[in-house]
Amino acid sequence: MPLVKNATTIADPFVHLADDAELPLDGAVLVSAARFLQDPEALIGRNSPLGVIWPNNRPVDDLVPYLDRLAVVALVYPSFRDGRAHSQARLLRERHGYRGELRATGQILRDQFVFLLRNGFDAFEVKKDADAAAFAATAKRYSVFYQPSSDGRLSAWQRRLQARHSESAS
Amino acid sequence: MYAYDEIDRTLINERVAEFRDQVQRRLAGEITEDEFKMLRLMNGVYLQLHAYMFRVAIPYGTLSADQLRKLAHVARKYDRGYGHFTTRQNIQFNWIALADLPDALADLAEVGIHAMQTSGNCTRNITADQWAGVAPGEIEDPRIWAEIMRQYTTLHPEFSFLPRKFKFAITASDHDRAAIKIHDIGLRLRQNDAGVTGFEVLVGGGLGRTPFIGKVIKPFVPGRDILSYVEAILRVYNQYGRRDNIYKARIKILVHELGLEKFRDEVEEEFLQIGDGPLTLDDAMIEEIRSRFTYPAYAKLSDNPEELTKASADPGFAAWLANSVAPHKQQGYAIVTLSLKPVGAPPGDATAEQMDAIADLADRYSFGEIRVGHEQNLALPHVAKRDLPALWQALDRIGVATPNVNLITDIIACPGLDYCSLANARSIPIAQELTRRFSNETANLIGRLHINISGCINACGHHHVGHIGILGVEKNDEEFYQITIGGRADEGAVVGTLIGPAVPYDDVANVVEDIVEAYLALRQRPDELFIDAVKRLGVEPFKERVYATR
Repeated sequence: MPLVKNATTIADPFVHLADDAELPLDGAVLVSAARFLQDPEALIGRNSPLGVIWPNNRPVDDLVPYLDRLAVVALVYPSFRDGRAHSQARLLRERHGYRGELRATGQILRDQFVFLLRNGFDAFEVKKDADAAAFAATAKRYSVFYQPSSDGRLSAWQRRLQARHSESAS
Repeated sequence: MYAYDEIDRTLINERVAEFRDQVQRRLAGEITEDEFKMLRLMNGVYLQLHAYMFRVAIPYGTLSADQLRKLAHVARKYDRGYGHFTTRQNIQFNWIALADLPDALADLAEVGIHAMQTSGNCTRNITADQWAGVAPGEIEDPRIWAEIMRQYTTLHPEFSFLPRKFKFAITASDHDRAAIKIHDIGLRLRQNDAGVTGFEVLVGGGLGRTPFIGKVIKPFVPGRDILSYVEAILRVYNQYGRRDNIYKARIKILVHELGLEKFRDEVEEEFLQIGDGPLTLDDAMIEEIRSRFTYPAYAKLSDNPEELTKASADPGFAAWLANSVAPHKQQGYAIVTLSLKPVGAPPGDATAEQMDAIADLADRYSFGEIRVGHEQNLALPHVAKRDLPALWQALDRIGVATPNVNLITDIIACPGLDYCSLANARSIPIAQELTRRFSNETANLIGRLHINISGCINACGHHHVGHIGILGVEKNDEEFYQITIGGRADEGAVVGTLIGPAVPYDDVANVVEDIVEAYLALRQRPDELFIDAVKRLGVEPFKERVYATR
């Protein structure tokens, strides 16, 4: 499955580790929330990057104590209609200051890339090769946004106020 | 009128380009119908019984004459020459081809009209009192706030994939013409004791198979905090609303299952976190939106012009004046409702020719502005009283001066089984038959009485809140109808009570006649409205009358 990061398709440096698979001595791994919560300190204590796959029905608050030691938080879209992880993403970025990789997994469509980017995702496990190839173009589909959000781009209101300010200054 | 700026224009043009790409990918087989369904619904495109249906937003019910002409153009060029105004300030075109949709959207975008979020599990078109800005006694024009809310909810990255659809309505009047209590979020503009403008916020109203009247979650939220508060509500709903059962996914069910107190606690906790954040509306931001609204330059005119006195000798004009013309906040002006409920026609339909003619009349008599109400009628909001006689004649010529506004023949109806794939029964022919049964003279004798008809439990015709509600159901492959009475959608909103077993299609108009006869016999005075009589008497006497011989 293609992993898109920084608008390009890359090889996933993380191994998805099944719950019953043996933990390798080193190498980046992505584990389930259940496995992670059994013994978080042991997993974090390894000298390799760690990622957690966090389900969309569990509050991200439980993850907060570990955020600065996680390399990846992978949020899950069980269906492309289920938008719960959108809220989790904004909470992680905006409220809890998470700065590591925020990865979207599960059922996501090309047409949702802009929303995902706006909510703070920066990595995408994409089902279709064609969607991965279209990422860069799709991400640029919109140049204006009404809401303030996590991706740092100015909202419509900020732009309008700036325009008004520069008018009155000139 | 709100005038789009460069940002608004850019956004809808980018949306048209995106939808054009989505349609092309569907036609090329690159995406499945299931994937496309979600994408097209977010742009107001349904697959109905016979064709695609295209629903276009008319935010807070305000249209310019040029916008109405463009809707007429779409009806003529891409559809069958007419459109259907809905209960949520939208217009629907019923016969449009998928391949034509991107072009139709591009044509509409030229005049600042879009179809974003007119269906799907997202925040829908923001509706408001259709008399906003002209009704006497408003705190202020609620459309400024409705436009702020429209922008905030448009393509919201977090709240475009909610458990279910989500509807806002806003009013600034004590008398609620926007039915805010049957919306997911209802906002009533008010001022607190310190003179600060803000909102009474209601949550959890909605019809469908489990109707609820909205509850006050907070009696006053200052205007500066309203987006933060709404975001808190939406975030709680997005995370905790049910997704296991489509019929239990609306926010009304979450509020009901958690209880209002617990739900409020969740919202307040979230609001504490995000209040004073980037969504806080400072005065400059509000002023920025307000400054894009333009208002007519009213003349100083008499409230009793000679033209009016003269024309009132004509009984036809007098009847229309008494029925369809309402007071305006500006002396010498009036609000004129255009009935889209002529005898024997589908409620809420207008032909392209009518739309063009109404646009011309709006230019001539109403500062180029038209309003759309949830009762599926139109209005001209700024008519000089001296022009009323001439306007009446012009409206009468195009068939939109039936003096039946708020009367028994001013029926709200969904498209029903004639168009809709969800329907169990027909709505339109029931409405048509009822308009034939009650002459305008009888309708006036009865007084205010709202009949609402839905062709299925989804309640698009708002049957629960009709003074008389008619709900189509299916029994052994036949169309049957449940009758409720006593519902209302205004500030005293209440869900109607079922009077008894469902009746067959052919008997519905007879049942309504029986209910009306019972009312006429039982009312205390001619000005005791049907709805007040039902409240005083309960359903029993009506039930007895209807089922005595059935």
